[in-house]
Amino acid sequence: MMGADVVISAAGLGKRYQLGAAPASDSLREALAATFSWAAITRAAQALTAFGRREDNGDDANTLWSLRDVTFDVISGATLGIIGRNGAGKSTLLKILSRITPPTTGRARIVGRVGSLLEVGTGFHPDLTGRENIYLNGALLGMRRHEIAQKFDEIVAFAEIARFLDTQVKHYSSGMYMRLAFAVAAHLEPDILVVDEVLAVGDIDFQRKCIGKMGRVADEGRTVLFVSHNMAAIRSLCRTAMVLDAGRIVRQGDPGTCIAYYVAQGFDEDASTWTRPSNARDSALAFTRVDSRVTGHQPALALELDVVLEPRGRHKPALIAVDILDGSGVGLMQALPRVEGFIREDAGPQRTRIVIDLPPLIPGAYFVTLWAGSYFTETLDVAERVIRFEVHESPTPGRSVQHSAEQGHIVPPSTATWEPIQ
Amino acid sequence: MSTEFDTFREAARPRESRTDTARLACPSGRRVEFTMAVPASNAEKTAATVTNGGGIRERSRPVLVIEPPKGRISLGLRELWEYRELSYFLAWRDIKVRYKQTALGASWAILQPVFAMVVFSLFFGKLGGIPSDGLPYPLWSFAALVPWTFFSQALMQSANSLVMNQGLLRKVYFPRLAIPIGTVLSAAVDFALAFVVLLGLMAFYRVGLTFRSLWVVAFAGLAFIAALGTGLWLAAASVRYRDVRYVVPILVQFWLFATPIAYPATLLPERWRAIYALNPMTGVAEGFRWALLGANTRPGPMIVASTMAAFLMLVGGVLYFRRTERTFADIV
Repeated sequence: MMGADVVISAAGLGKRYQLGAAPASDSLREALAATFSWAAITRAAQALTAFGRREDNGDDANTLWSLRDVTFDVISGATLGIIGRNGAGKSTLLKILSRITPPTTGRARIVGRVGSLLEVGTGFHPDLTGRENIYLNGALLGMRRHEIAQKFDEIVAFAEIARFLDTQVKHYSSGMYMRLAFAVAAHLEPDILVVDEVLAVGDIDFQRKCIGKMGRVADEGRTVLFVSHNMAAIRSLCRTAMVLDAGRIVRQGDPGTCIAYYVAQGFDEDASTWTRPSNARDSALAFTRVDSRVTGHQPALALELDVVLEPRGRHKPALIAVDILDGSGVGLMQALPRVEGFIREDAGPQRTRIVIDLPPLIPGAYFVTLWAGSYFTETLDVAERVIRFEVHESPTPGRSVQHSAEQGHIVPPSTATWEPIQ
Repeated sequence: MSTEFDTFREAARPRESRTDTARLACPSGRRVEFTMAVPASNAEKTAATVTNGGGIRERSRPVLVIEPPKGRISLGLRELWEYRELSYFLAWRDIKVRYKQTALGASWAILQPVFAMVVFSLFFGKLGGIPSDGLPYPLWSFAALVPWTFFSQALMQSANSLVMNQGLLRKVYFPRLAIPIGTVLSAAVDFALAFVVLLGLMAFYRVGLTFRSLWVVAFAGLAFIAALGTGLWLAAASVRYRDVRYVVPILVQFWLFATPIAYPATLLPERWRAIYALNPMTGVAEGFRWALLGANTRPGPMIVASTMAAFLMLVGGVLYFRRTERTFADIV
């Protein structure tokens, strides 16, 4: 990893944010008062221009290091997956590398043209047609008109919107919309493609297309930086990975190791209970506490959940889905205790008891994700991997060979009868 | 989910064949002369040498250094030039979208100054008896209202432009100046429409065009510079101070009466006029009347003052904008 092959070289990157409301009104009052005296005009100009430097005031309780001392090299042609919990600094890092926001400390040296897709569909205007949006979005990403014209057919083919080219994108299905947005960015042909969590919004076909396209980009010798919460996608696409936690790199290297580390993160001890952190965002309906217990014996284990939900705004009647995931975060099954919305807006905080009859699971660690929403169309809250439980007992008593996840996690009850053939 | 996992495995191409050391820059046929424009203050314009298996190939790839902002600022005009089509596309988007779902469509661009002209003619021309350089008051006021409407629209829209496009500021990199420039450009299209009406009105009053009329191009340019210069200040300030949104309408009203639109500049004593003309729109309004209508004002020294003021405003605006744009994404 040296010499001309290093296309991204970051050293000590840090980004500090000011928390809470900056004292804007004070500065504005000063600025206004200042306009009446000539000597003060310069002061006012300083007050107005100072906000670019305000961050340098030093550390105190009101600052947050969103990224701290991040140092890494990326060689040309690498596919680097960046994983971490929400708020770990992934997006900040990508924003710095994309020049959207400057770092507070450190330095990064980038060789080659950077193309970033930090959000699907930014810059699309709903009132413009697909064709118009391709040109507008291409221009936003730094493409010339003739470049866009050259790539136009390819973009349309990738997005599969040929029939709807001259339809306003507000009439597009969300799938078409996302394919189009991804297509424009992916066909920019940057030396370095930076992609932030685009898969979260698409269906499986879209995800597969994106992953495939990014894989081809990498095959062509370009570099891909990819942020995702989708571990399966990271595993299949990336050849190296890093885990960020609280703004720092905590693991770097082979994706498998990083994913295992990330998934296990924060679950060292008891994870049968979860309480919502107080600083979490507000949604109309929020999970605030979950208690869990595994009862019974194999092959009839049951997972009992006590879920506290608090309404915080208007919402339609909601229902709960419970996902059970394996130790690396891959979904295994989903329990749906009731198919109609049973949590009403006027109910106030309520405790819901859910009992899930587990199928015979092989020994190991499992995670639970809870989802609340209305009729599958609207997500009100997701508590991702908040509960971890372990299965110790084997579902097949008497079996001497250990179970392996390679053969799946569920051992369905099965019978065999036999008789000699004449 | 487990199917999902499989599909990912499928989708990602096997890359075992590719070794870590065999890779080379872009076989995309991208033009070699392309250089990504980066602010001159932090760009090292060097050519990276990339080795490719057997031989050595040289290819100019942009080298970008990202560092915490320092004191120095550049105008960033080179990069703006690289992205010049973006301003054009943004303007085009604004125009396409502006009159969507309006019954009268683009006629609003004409109706605004026409209504103002009617109101001014009634109250200032007829009732107030304001002199109009010996010309018909409606024509005389309209000649100034056309650039004024452009200026006020450009001001109001560019003041809001960054906040309106905050999604872009937060998620896409491009020279931020392209946004207010695009906004002022889109206002210029409305101006062109209104200007045609002005020509029609001149024909109606039998005021012919002369060679002097060509000067109007220069005055329109001056209006553009004044609008962009002021708009940049307001746009950049509005990112931090949303107060700007409320200040601008007041500012525009005040500015209207500080500009000889409804009344001639000759109402002011001669010695005050140079200071009065520090308002760039004074020069524009007087200039339009002089160039198109042959109004017998002598715009000489006033034009000089207005032009200088407009250029100062623009340079200051660009510098202030560039100075503050680094934090746009964080605070918008």
